[in-house]
Amino acid sequence: MIRPHRSHPLWIAFILHRISGVVLALFLPIHFYVLSLALTDPTALDGFLRFSDLFVVKILETVLVLLLAVHLFGGLRLMAMELLPWTNWQKSLAASSIALGSAVACLFFLKVV
Amino acid sequence: MTDSNTETLNVSVWRGDASGGQFRDYQVPVQENQTVLDVVTWIQQKIDDTLSYRFACRVGMCGSCAMTVNGEPRWTCRTHVNRVTQSSSLEIGPLRNLPVIKDLTTDMDPFFDKWTKAGGTHRASRSRNDGMVPVDPASKERMIASEGIECINCAVCYAACDTVAANPQYLGPASLQRAWTLVNDEKHDDRSAVLRAVAAEGGCYNCHSHGSCTRYCPVELNPMKAVAGLKRTTVAKLWGK
Repeated sequence: MIRPHRSHPLWIAFILHRISGVVLALFLPIHFYVLSLALTDPTALDGFLRFSDLFVVKILETVLVLLLAVHLFGGLRLMAMELLPWTNWQKSLAASSIALGSAVACLFFLKVV
Repeated sequence: MTDSNTETLNVSVWRGDASGGQFRDYQVPVQENQTVLDVVTWIQQKIDDTLSYRFACRVGMCGSCAMTVNGEPRWTCRTHVNRVTQSSSLEIGPLRNLPVIKDLTTDMDPFFDKWTKAGGTHRASRSRNDGMVPVDPASKERMIASEGIECINCAVCYAACDTVAANPQYLGPASLQRAWTLVNDEKHDDRSAVLRAVAAEGGCYNCHSHGSCTRYCPVELNPMKAVAGLKRTTVAKLWGK
């Protein structure tokens, strides 16, 4: 449950950034391991690629792209906030970064399905 | 206020001290234009005179009456009950992130110690014999400084900050905002020392930009903007700008 003092847009933007960052950190070693199969075990890689054609995996890939895109745009928002002259529409920027991330994920989903 | 109203408010007030405590329930008559501080005062005067709490001005100037109301930090003297009640119930506790002395009274020492640690003590650039530093009220620096000088040190931002909760070394929004006003104050003697203080361990780089400080500041200041200013300025200093 989100405690009362955390029920505001910038805190929600923070927790999305944190969760997406942790998930991506967990994903990257797996990603590099799968890539390494091309050199160490091509047969296993082919098996994994067939598995990745399943619809449910495409859904999971889309979620991953969503998290990546939200983390990317959220990170750009934070860097802009801390390094560029201040703007008063931080909540709008946070909402925009989530909207942009969602749009990227939607495009990805339409392309792969 | 009159006590003729029969409608009552269910109020849970945290009772205890540094070693622990629990919420205790009270029934308080509903009044018109009743503030949370009025409720606490009613309990203390009519039900239990051992209830400890802190207040002074009752008009939103001194910053001494801040408490946690229904899970959110608020200045209780200017918080009307009908704006925060949920089904005629109210939960009132001490401010978060500060040691409890007794009941609703917290020890403010850590808060003000960090204010000092962040370089918040004013150091005049001239003596009384040198005359005043001319300050243009419309200058960019002065306008930035003026944005933060109305802080009443209520510690609401400090209690709202999850970074303070996670890292007790973190200086917190109020002290960093004070530092930011001094960084932009032409009358302050060693502004580089303030920047060094806020860039040290526990300084502005710990801020995760949750924005709770700005969300809850009762006088509508923007500590998150001040912290961002400190980050920007200290990074620019790193690159010799």
